Amino acid sequence: MFIEKFDPLKDDMIQILDPSGKIVDTANMPALSEAKMIKMYQTMRESRIIDEKTLQYQRQGRMLTYAPNLGQEATQVGSASALRQTDWVAPSFRELGVWLTKGAPLDKIFLYWFGNEEGMKMSEDIRILPVSVPIASQLQHATGLAYAAKYRKLDDVAVGYVGDGGTSQGDFHEALNFAAVNALPNVFIIQNNQFAISTRRALQTKAPNLAAKALAYGMPGVIVDGNDIFAVYAVVSEAVERARRGEGPTLIECYTYRMGAHTTSDDPTVYREEMEVDPWRGKDPIDRMYKYLVAEGLWSEEQEDAFVRETADRVKQTFETVEKSGFTPLEDIFDYVYAERTPILEAQYQSRKAFYEKEGK
Amino acid sequence: MLVLNLIEALTNALDVSMAADSSIIVYGEDVGFEGGVFRATKGLQAKYGVDRCFDSILAESSIVGSGIGMAINGLKPVVEIQFSGFVFPAINQIVTHAARMRNRSRGLYTVPMVIRMPYGGGVRALEHHSESLEAIFAHTAGLKVVIPSTPYDAKGLMMAAINDPDPVIFMEPKRIYRAFKQEVPEGIYEIPIGKAKIVKPGDDLTVVAWGSMLRDVQKAVEILEKEGHSIELIDLRTISPIDRETIITSVQKTGRFAVVHEAARSFGPGAELISIVNEGAFLHLEAPPTRITSVDTIVPLPKGEHHYVPSVEGIVAELRAVLTF
Repeated sequence: MFIEKFDPLKDDMIQILDPSGKIVDTANMPALSEAKMIKMYQTMRESRIIDEKTLQYQRQGRMLTYAPNLGQEATQVGSASALRQTDWVAPSFRELGVWLTKGAPLDKIFLYWFGNEEGMKMSEDIRILPVSVPIASQLQHATGLAYAAKYRKLDDVAVGYVGDGGTSQGDFHEALNFAAVNALPNVFIIQNNQFAISTRRALQTKAPNLAAKALAYGMPGVIVDGNDIFAVYAVVSEAVERARRGEGPTLIECYTYRMGAHTTSDDPTVYREEMEVDPWRGKDPIDRMYKYLVAEGLWSEEQEDAFVRETADRVKQTFETVEKSGFTPLEDIFDYVYAERTPILEAQYQSRKAFYEKEGK
Repeated sequence: MLVLNLIEALTNALDVSMAADSSIIVYGEDVGFEGGVFRATKGLQAKYGVDRCFDSILAESSIVGSGIGMAINGLKPVVEIQFSGFVFPAINQIVTHAARMRNRSRGLYTVPMVIRMPYGGGVRALEHHSESLEAIFAHTAGLKVVIPSTPYDAKGLMMAAINDPDPVIFMEPKRIYRAFKQEVPEGIYEIPIGKAKIVKPGDDLTVVAWGSMLRDVQKAVEILEKEGHSIELIDLRTISPIDRETIITSVQKTGRFAVVHEAARSFGPGAELISIVNEGAFLHLEAPPTRITSVDTIVPLPKGEHHYVPSVEGIVAELRAVLTF
């Protein structure tokens, strides 16, 4: 168990699986079934394949702006794997691994990034709020989800994701403060990928690390190796169970690195050198788990090749189907502003429709 | 029947609603133990417990942002922003999330919440305590904006707002919180959102007002009717979605139009109302449609406030000009 004894002012970092694929903290290795471990690995691998293919599609002019998750797969899949299905997630916009782990269908995810809100209409049991672009604002929603769960005597937990830049926002402070004051069943996960677009983590705060901010709210703060899926899973599991027991929120800083660009509109070569990025390739979260699974006899090169091939085909087919979906129907932009169209929206809809009909569109 | 002033009617609306529906949660700054700085939530914590009526942290963005999460997860939050001039830290949550969650999720997640805020001047308050911001909210797709002008309407509109499936900005005319009492039914009733009320019919001029200005306009109308004019007075009651039909029908009958509001003039609600009149009743007009409003300055501190807001005398003079054009 980590949370009660962790002191973020000492600037330690919890690690279970080291970059070479060795378990360095056997005592705290989470008790995961083989099937679950393989599923977690496959989800990370799938996330990376989706990212790589989506970046290709974007360069080919077939996809809109996209925020890749490269390098952050363990933080995302590890944390979401610690949730049960009824737990809530309030994401920002770089959480593909969380969506996949929670069971969100890829065609919906693609449809959203392809430019259609219909993609965010998941089935209710996915329990992830839609992509939230205003930085850190979603953490406030996580507190309300948690308040409602507690009030309704449901033992669901609400997890909010934010980046290192997001910790500078007022909403980060307000959300953590409200959650702590009311002992809400929340877990706040910082994906510290070292960059807010181009701005480095050191320019966001003079605090020794981001987890230390928890102390001011009277909640535990923990730093975990965000590229170590076992450590992320173990710490988040503990925080989730703590929240479920009514012991209040936890702040977890997952220390990781954004291997790709902020989005496809960003060029990281402007603000960072390859020699800075390169050491992080040796800490890759997927390679690390691959080595572990192979050494344990749970996965093989043949299985890897087959999985990558099958997944790449499926991703390609899914995207090609989404690509044929065309434009958003006129009705869709009018029908979800309010529960019912207002008279003014109805008039505007009819006016647009009549114009299209007249023009033969 | 109860006999209540406007703020007592609001308290009663919350009380009756909370008794009927355990998913209603009421909170905001000083809202719980004290019952709010204007006492709108007086007695609710004692009656319904601290889980259902509580003091928020002193953070407007948290008040609205947490309410969004609660609403998504099955509750009906009714939150208070202490003064409308303090709403700006919460504007991000209101505009980027409360107003958009339904659209962003194509109806999967919705935000049935009420955001209450006392608005307007006339209470000799400090800076930021006197703003009339209805145009900002009415300009935002996904929000409804309601302003009552009487105790009866305040209760009925509040109950409609609580039961509305979308976020409602409920602006309360604090100048008339305790100005007069009125008979108010004890139980549940709703006044539909989106419907204006013809306060009194008339033939020569249509005047639209809402909130605290309505009382001043009524006084002005009485003075002008003694001079022999017949004026149709409309209480807009809902700023958004606006009731175009009632306004257009009235102006087609009277041929003259004026709107009176406390909000600043340029890009204000009056501009929208005059556009509606021009679009729907242009060929019936016998005089230029007119807006009688506050000026485009910063809202002054109390010693200068009378320069800012339209007075009864000023309203009479401008309405007379429309009637005699």
